Amino acid sequence: MTTTSPPTTASTPTVVHRRSRRRWTGWMFVGPFMAVFALVFLAPIVYSLYLSVFRTQMVGGTTFVGLDNYARAMSDPQFWEGLGRVSLFLVVQVPIMLGIALLVALAIDSGRLYGKSFFRISIFMPYAVPAVVASLMWGFMYGTRFGLVGNLNEALGISLPDPLSPGLVLASIGNIVTWEFVGYNMLIFYAALRVVPHSLYEAAEIDGAGQWRVIGAIKLPAIRGALVIATIFSIIGSFQLFNEPSILQSLAPNAITTAFTPNLYAYSLSFSGQQYNYSATVAIIMGLITMVIAYVVQLRGMRKEA
Amino acid sequence: MTTATPAAPAAARRPAPRLRTPRVPSARPRRSTLLTVLTAIVLVYSLIPLVWLLINATKTQGDLFSSFGLWFGDSFALWDNVATTLTYDDGVFVRWLANTVLYVVVGAGGATFLAILGGYALAKFDFPGKRGVFAVVIGAVAVPGTALAVPTFLMFSQMGLTNTPWAVIIPSLISPFGLYLMWTFAAEAIPTELLEAARIDGAGEFRTFFRVSLPLLAPGIVTVLLFTMVATWNNYFLPLIMLRDSSWYPLTLGLNAWNAQAATAGGEAIFNLVITGSLLTIVPLVVAFLLLQRFWQSGLAAGSVKE
Amino acid sequence: MARSTPWRRALTATLTAGALAVPLAACSGGADAPADSGEATADAASALEEGGEITVWAWDPTLESVAKDFEAEHPNVTVNLENVGTGNDQYTALQNAIAAGDGVPDVAQIEFYALPQFALSDALTDLTAYGADQLDGTFTPGPWGAVTQGGGVHALPTDSGPMALFYNKRVFDKYDIEVPTTWDEYVEAARKLHEADPKAYLTNDVGDAGFTTSLIWQAGGRPYQVDGTDVTIDFTDAGSQQFADTWQTMIDDELVAPVGSWSDEWYQGLSDGSIASLVIGAWMRGNLESSVPDASGDWAVAPMPQWEDGGQATAENGGSSLAVPAASENADLAWAFLEYATVGDGIATRVDEGAFPATTAELEDPEFREQEFEYFGGQKVNEVLADSASQVAEGWQYLPFQVYANSIFNDTVGQAYVSGTTLTDGLAAWQEQSATFGNDQGFAVNQ
Repeated sequence: MTTTSPPTTASTPTVVHRRSRRRWTGWMFVGPFMAVFALVFLAPIVYSLYLSVFRTQMVGGTTFVGLDNYARAMSDPQFWEGLGRVSLFLVVQVPIMLGIALLVALAIDSGRLYGKSFFRISIFMPYAVPAVVASLMWGFMYGTRFGLVGNLNEALGISLPDPLSPGLVLASIGNIVTWEFVGYNMLIFYAALRVVPHSLYEAAEIDGAGQWRVIGAIKLPAIRGALVIATIFSIIGSFQLFNEPSILQSLAPNAITTAFTPNLYAYSLSFSGQQYNYSATVAIIMGLITMVIAYVVQLRGMRKEA
Repeated sequence: MTTATPAAPAAARRPAPRLRTPRVPSARPRRSTLLTVLTAIVLVYSLIPLVWLLINATKTQGDLFSSFGLWFGDSFALWDNVATTLTYDDGVFVRWLANTVLYVVVGAGGATFLAILGGYALAKFDFPGKRGVFAVVIGAVAVPGTALAVPTFLMFSQMGLTNTPWAVIIPSLISPFGLYLMWTFAAEAIPTELLEAARIDGAGEFRTFFRVSLPLLAPGIVTVLLFTMVATWNNYFLPLIMLRDSSWYPLTLGLNAWNAQAATAGGEAIFNLVITGSLLTIVPLVVAFLLLQRFWQSGLAAGSVKE
Repeated sequence: MARSTPWRRALTATLTAGALAVPLAACSGGADAPADSGEATADAASALEEGGEITVWAWDPTLESVAKDFEAEHPNVTVNLENVGTGNDQYTALQNAIAAGDGVPDVAQIEFYALPQFALSDALTDLTAYGADQLDGTFTPGPWGAVTQGGGVHALPTDSGPMALFYNKRVFDKYDIEVPTTWDEYVEAARKLHEADPKAYLTNDVGDAGFTTSLIWQAGGRPYQVDGTDVTIDFTDAGSQQFADTWQTMIDDELVAPVGSWSDEWYQGLSDGSIASLVIGAWMRGNLESSVPDASGDWAVAPMPQWEDGGQATAENGGSSLAVPAASENADLAWAFLEYATVGDGIATRVDEGAFPATTAELEDPEFREQEFEYFGGQKVNEVLADSASQVAEGWQYLPFQVYANSIFNDTVGQAYVSGTTLTDGLAAWQEQSATFGNDQGFAVNQ
């Protein structure tokens, strides 16, 4: 278990002498994906890069400003505050979400649960709920007057803090995101666990290894790929946090400001402020930061393995 | 970012040929009540909001405002609500449902197909620029899409695609995660020897793909289809920018429009329809899950037998 | 527009996606020039006979019947009415369409506060070409002032929102609360109610830009002064301060329910009496009837509380208009529809369906004024509302970037509702950030 190379055919010797013949064949398969990808992802990014070096004013029109927009972002407290907020979200919410997902996946995979498939499908179910509907639903439940929180306060004679107050709103959003994606990540881990050959840990069990030992020594290393990719996608998801805060904003407008997350900031710049140029700049900087962090995580994930 | 290739799946690192011990009933581990109870906590957490939705879909607009959230109101109005949802505003909900199905069939179907082809290529071919492909995909995904919405809109507008179903379908055709899943799955599920054998028999690449590889990929395809279906079904932001004609709306946009109606001078608050509509939006997906789950399981089992 | 800088040309040339430069140019401040509607003889009649198709973007539900009637009257004309979203969603779509130069509607619904923004960028047809300037006096002063701000006629008002006090009479009677006539009395009423029933509030507020500016407007504050691209923002004037002082008491003493308007909690509060009054635009009459049916018979309407004893000033809250975007390819026909909907037979249809008109003729019509509303216990609600319309204080102006300014209201003033900041500090921050944006956009902003 030492190779870190991607799953290619490179390890198969036959490829080498056939390589020239099939050199471009791969592109015939990956080409359609890349063509559409270029249209819907790359072209807008190139366009945004172009936009980011201009400035358009309502009065005065468009001028080339070089890297001014980038300089502005570097010293923009609203941008950095938003970035700090999603970083905190990332550090706290992602481990909790992936931790729960992993534990549930291991529990289901262990075969020790009653009603295994019921658990699997039920916990995955929230993923079927559109983010719009999920946020509306939770937003209603968070209500301290008429919502579920209010109902609980009344029924139990307690006074729960307002989940939508400025101090708690980030945690409340974290809860919604966790709810939506625990099942999704669980399924990814579970699918990875399913293809681990049982002979491996049955042998370990015969050797007297305990459950936790089997998990630590065999199962987790075996699904490292799934863990790393789930982490990377969760990082991207955290940095792009948008749907949930944007929908809850109407319920907690003072707690969720227009620059609550960098993505929300880019959105309000572009849509309320028509600052397309600066908005594109913020998006590009966020993209770069996300890439760097995803890259570091991926490197670390791989190094441990080696 | 050339090293941003994903982790090799566990299976790829195992020495081939792999042998998998079938799960023999007698070797089945003991069931644990404690573990079941612990997992049940997560289960309750997952289901409570859905229960809330189900219960509140049975309430009239009035009961919604006056009864306990997690219990039924005075009247049981589920069927009334469903009927009203389906007929409100000349049955526009049904139209939205049909649109969504169209987007899912073409968008998610197409996305799955492209991901299969791409993943297969990444797993089984060596070609120039291969290492860059996934790095570029991950890199592009890292740029927040909401901020790219306006550039995308302007581009699509130039191409005359806005306000048409294509504006929703084309962006749905890309599923980076689907590509990753198919890549790892194909690397594992298709023995390279089998491909070599087919080529020696003189089969063309596409023939080999459709006849030999595709059937082996079935379980992975179902998984990717599941994910892309959900993504397309729940697609909200891009259609919001791209579509103006409400007769092309998907369900999520339609529900949002209904919800916004409460905030309109002269509008009518129809929260009961929003809630019932939300429930109806989820039901088809849940049904699809349950149906696909069967394939998914049998697919996995079939895969293990082949190994 | 600095379209010909060498830098830009070089960049455009090097870009493989060179075609993209076209929409960018269109981005830079709306359409390059308004369509030459000025030379049009405004002969809408021939356009009507000739027929054709127009697209109307509006979320106002009453326009559906208006469009149908219009089509029935002019068989050659097809009206495609599209609900592109309410308020900001629609403006975003409109802005995008104008930037792309494609898919721009022929008629668009725009709220008064957002009009200056579109008017400034020459995105709207000046309706003077169709003789709309002759309509002075047809509409009440508030709406007319809004559609003519800065010269020209940018749109025609469809509905207006002269403010009044909507209150839950059942709750008021139960706790023996008198209907407040001044804002000081209003604060006392709020205190009395909340003390009598800690779960009940006289009103709700979590910070609403429209409400705040309307109250400042009524108090005589004129924080925005706009002259072309010269803009003054000043929230330290007497009217703004008067509002800030009074409302600060409401917040400090926790007399406002922390519930956002239009949320389901809000509707619940209006329904069960725990939100017992609203000082809001006249259009709320229709919203109460259609969306809070369970409280039928509970509500009544009184004149807006005054800042001074015996005062008679009111303000507008909300209200919208129909405009013809400059990029419309069928402006003549668009005008014909707009005229029908705002000054023609369309008004009657809309009033029948619950809209609150902006035309003096309707507001003074005895039949309109004396209509008894069952929902309001038989009260002649329109009398109160129509009187308010005639008392709207003059001279109010919105910023030419009010949509953005309102979007950051909760970032700044809203903080006074959730933290130690005061409204005065919040207003100062709002002023500061609005000014920064204005200067960034090339306006000359004085503070």
